[in-house]
Amino acid sequence: MTDKINRAVEIRWHGRGGQGAKTACLMLADVAFASGKYVQGFPEYGPERQGAPITAYNRITDAPCKVHSNIYTPDYVVVVDETLLKSVDVAKGIKKEGSLIINSRKSPEALRPLLNGYKGKICTVDAERISIETLGKNFPNMPMLGAVVKVSKVIDQDRFISDMRESFEHKFAGKESVIVGNMKAVVKAMEEVEVGE
Amino acid sequence: MARKDRMSGNEAVAEAMRQINPDVMGAFPITPSTEIPQYFSKFIADGKVDTEFVAVESEHSAMSVCIGASAAGARAVTATSSAGLALMWELLYVAASSRLPITMAVVNRALTGPININNDHSDSMGARDSGWIQIYAENNQEVYDNYIQAMPISEAIRLPIMICQDGFITSHGVSNIELLEDDEVKNFVSEYKPENYLLKHENPLAVGPYGTSPYYMEVKRAQAQAMKDSMPIIMDVAERFEVLTGRKYGFFEEYMMDDAEVAIVIIGSSAGTGKEAVDRLRREGKKVGLIKLRVFRPFPRIPLAESMCKVKAVAIMDKAESFSNSGGPLFNEARNSLYDLENKPYAINYIYGLGGRDITVEDFYEIYNDLFIIYDTNKPGDVYRYVGVRDSRYGERGFDHKKYDD
Repeated sequence: MTDKINRAVEIRWHGRGGQGAKTACLMLADVAFASGKYVQGFPEYGPERQGAPITAYNRITDAPCKVHSNIYTPDYVVVVDETLLKSVDVAKGIKKEGSLIINSRKSPEALRPLLNGYKGKICTVDAERISIETLGKNFPNMPMLGAVVKVSKVIDQDRFISDMRESFEHKFAGKESVIVGNMKAVVKAMEEVEVGE
Repeated sequence: MARKDRMSGNEAVAEAMRQINPDVMGAFPITPSTEIPQYFSKFIADGKVDTEFVAVESEHSAMSVCIGASAAGARAVTATSSAGLALMWELLYVAASSRLPITMAVVNRALTGPININNDHSDSMGARDSGWIQIYAENNQEVYDNYIQAMPISEAIRLPIMICQDGFITSHGVSNIELLEDDEVKNFVSEYKPENYLLKHENPLAVGPYGTSPYYMEVKRAQAQAMKDSMPIIMDVAERFEVLTGRKYGFFEEYMMDDAEVAIVIIGSSAGTGKEAVDRLRREGKKVGLIKLRVFRPFPRIPLAESMCKVKAVAIMDKAESFSNSGGPLFNEARNSLYDLENKPYAINYIYGLGGRDITVEDFYEIYNDLFIIYDTNKPGDVYRYVGVRDSRYGERGFDHKKYDD
């Protein structure tokens, strides 16, 4: 029993209070659960206020996961707000083969100087523009969710899209434009995410 | 048939409450209570249950509502956390001494000073002498399972019960869970038919009168006896639950203890992190084990002591400081239970995880490493220790890797 190695995919989210990083983290847990995985989705709470930096975490595994600590060596880090690069060491601990996924209109290489000597893979997606185009407002969390699923391949992409639609239909029952807008935001981000070196 | 789902620990408790459909919930609807009354009040609003929800102005009143309802013969529930539990203090003793089987979901969080909202066990450990049964959970599944077992235990022995879970770690953390069908829960918990109650037509009685010196001590002795007598009931209910679900519960869980040389004794969600450390160290051939205490009140003194005697050194972990100058509450009771036994292990204490301080698999490595030093040298050293704290005596050990920023 103890010989079974439970290789977890670990994801850390950085955002600001009110941007929906926690919601996206819990939705990722939902869709990964729907695809048959064992999941953890948990936010780290501090003094909550609009705009304060927040952190949330996902573990996605094939066998039940016992660990209940925060994640220090993530496979993927999602940065929902580019301004956090100035104040938070978002790249800290990322595994060698992992990736950093940032909401930015800049190219991955343009961001590297801001990342404390981080040498790993950087991906960018302009979640703000995508959100404004598809939802009419800046809700960057759903595009970022699409981007992390695309980059991490942690769940089957087609399955993810159909589960997300179901989830939005459940959450926003009767609000067709919101459902369509969110789906477009997710899919567009999956198409547009720029995977750097 | 089990239903596979995923939800937070708070949602799991609210779901169990929905399935049970208690008579009365007295609850304070906002912080420092929990999301549990919020989720449950939605079930009430949607007509899924017919519970009388009494929204009160304080936790003191929430417990008072439960006491009144329970004395009147109703099945009463509440949920709270941290400072909310502290504000109930006076009434906790009233509930227990009046022998009222109230079920309270406790989301363990630190008590203020300095202000903090995160997980530790200060709140319920502070209430450990109030006469309530206390059961703790490692994960969301155990939170749900413990809640389903609460009323059959509490109502059989007529003592109030706290079903505790770790704040944020399980209360707000979403993970996989298996739920029972509604009728399975209803059958398991069954209807509450109290023998005596305030408004019983044939035998009206007073509840909570003045207990003069000629009577007070007998009441306390009877409470202590009830706590002792709850032990076989807790096991009976666990056995019935295992028949229903296949999931086994007891006073504590032994993890890899059969041939272990050293072990950790711990309560709550961090037991899972400790088990991961056990798994990894076992792969390196190290004979380590872990005992996860589920039932803290009544304290399972004899079986726990016997289990600890399987190893040569134990680290007893407390997520609460009691400022006793002799270690935390679990350490004192667990170590005390060893006193009469021969071949007792060395027992050291670690205070950990206060105010949400994270504890990692690596921290557990360090603790097991310390235990093997005692195993090899037969010198326990200082038995009252801290882990994961900035302290000149202990250095920065186990802390640096926990920061992203200052």
